Amino acid sequence: MATVEITKHLWEFLPTLRDKTLTVSAATVAEVVREVVRIAPGFTDYICDERGCLRTHVNIFIGDERILDRTRLSDAVGEDSCVLIMQALSGG
Amino acid sequence: MRADYAGAERRLIRELAAEAGLGKRDVMRVLVGTRKGTFRVEKQAGSWKARHLGHVGVGVNFVTRDPHTGTLWAALGHGHWGAKLSRSTDDGATWADATPIKYPAGARYLSPPDPDPNASEEDMKKGPTLRDATLLKLWVIAFGAPGQVHVGTIPGGLFTSHDGGQSFELNRGLWNHESRGGDLVSGPGSGKTHWFGTPASDGEFAAGIHSIVVDPRNADRILVAISTAGVLETADGGNTWRSRNQGMLNDYLPDPAAEWGHDPHFITQCAAEPEHFWQQNHSGVFHSSDGAQTWQKVSRPEQGVHFGFPVAVDEHNGKTAWLVPGKSDAQRTTIDGKLFVARTRDGGQTWQDLRDGLPQDGAYDVVYRHALASSGGCLAFGSTTGNLYLSEDEGDSWITVTNHLPPVYSVRFA
Repeated sequence: MATVEITKHLWEFLPTLRDKTLTVSAATVAEVVREVVRIAPGFTDYICDERGCLRTHVNIFIGDERILDRTRLSDAVGEDSCVLIMQALSGG
Repeated sequence: MRADYAGAERRLIRELAAEAGLGKRDVMRVLVGTRKGTFRVEKQAGSWKARHLGHVGVGVNFVTRDPHTGTLWAALGHGHWGAKLSRSTDDGATWADATPIKYPAGARYLSPPDPDPNASEEDMKKGPTLRDATLLKLWVIAFGAPGQVHVGTIPGGLFTSHDGGQSFELNRGLWNHESRGGDLVSGPGSGKTHWFGTPASDGEFAAGIHSIVVDPRNADRILVAISTAGVLETADGGNTWRSRNQGMLNDYLPDPAAEWGHDPHFITQCAAEPEHFWQQNHSGVFHSSDGAQTWQKVSRPEQGVHFGFPVAVDEHNGKTAWLVPGKSDAQRTTIDGKLFVARTRDGGQTWQDLRDGLPQDGAYDVVYRHALASSGGCLAFGSTTGNLYLSEDEGDSWITVTNHLPPVYSVRFA
């Protein structure tokens, strides 16, 4: 099961995420997102646009590595991966 | 469909007044959208006070009240999390996300190609490129018949709900308009667009709808103003649209009187005399007394009445309007550091500059297009420097409500 940590910036808008570290069964980032939506409906609209592409100012990391596929979120997630979903630091 | 929307607003105010046991003037409220949240300004014990009403830390492009239901609606721009529509059914005590507004799959728009030094000469001559439409900004909210909510967006979308905001649909007649390049959903369209862009989405340069005017006599008649394209009107509830730019003059295209390419900054319509429209445009101030069929330029540059963003019209007298002029499109500041409001009572033939109570030294307030409002002889406006000014005598004199708001995006009486 992969561990998912989500920025606390989203707790205000998606209160069901508050203080939660999630463990999910997922093979890709897209599957991780789908699992999070089960707990926090509307989550996708906060991190992705209409096309399902990751918003410009959002980052997702698997371990220490930023994901490569921001269009389909197809990066592989391992059994022991830690997935971090954060606001991107996009400026000073 | 006929409905008295101004009447609905007056009834709402009377109901609020009755609840509080006060006269109308004593419950005048102003909703203020700012760079850092929603504020409400209201008169308490004889003085106006501003207090935070929600969306702390979030950009609020526009906030207003549905005159039919009393529901508050706010157009939010989260820095990271996208544009969201928020509403409150308890007068701002709590807010919740409304159904997200989304462009349908296949909605595209034409955009100039990005310069690419590595592209071939042939590629760079292919003209505009098609881009997927994704929501960049919710810019303005308006209400039609009961249950109708209209939202203007960047890039260039008019979204309408017919069920009180439970669901929104992109207006296809406008999206596919020939001036925008034709049907870009099911095909390549004409390959040519007359819609240019605005930088107001803090990002991609795309056209935006910032003004939605629903005729108080007929909710099927709607005018929208687009930066940068001009004004369009529908008379059949949004199925077909036509340009309403006759008489407009620009000062940045080869043809000043071109049908398209005008840059309205805001348009508004008189509620009681709905043939009167006002337009603060990039290239001056325009008035129409024939329902926007023709416009007349009424700028008075020698008085500083020319450039600016907002315009407000009196709800009873279509010839009375107010502006907050700025100095030229190149500078966009107050004129000589002095803030004033310009008022006309004769359709723009003459203008009075109103300065009593406004700073006349070292003031560099810029007032955005949605940040001036009038109602019942009261006027209010807010500036990018966080100042909020209010007049209870049609602009003759002004008080400063606060100097300490975040940059103000919208001001609406509610």
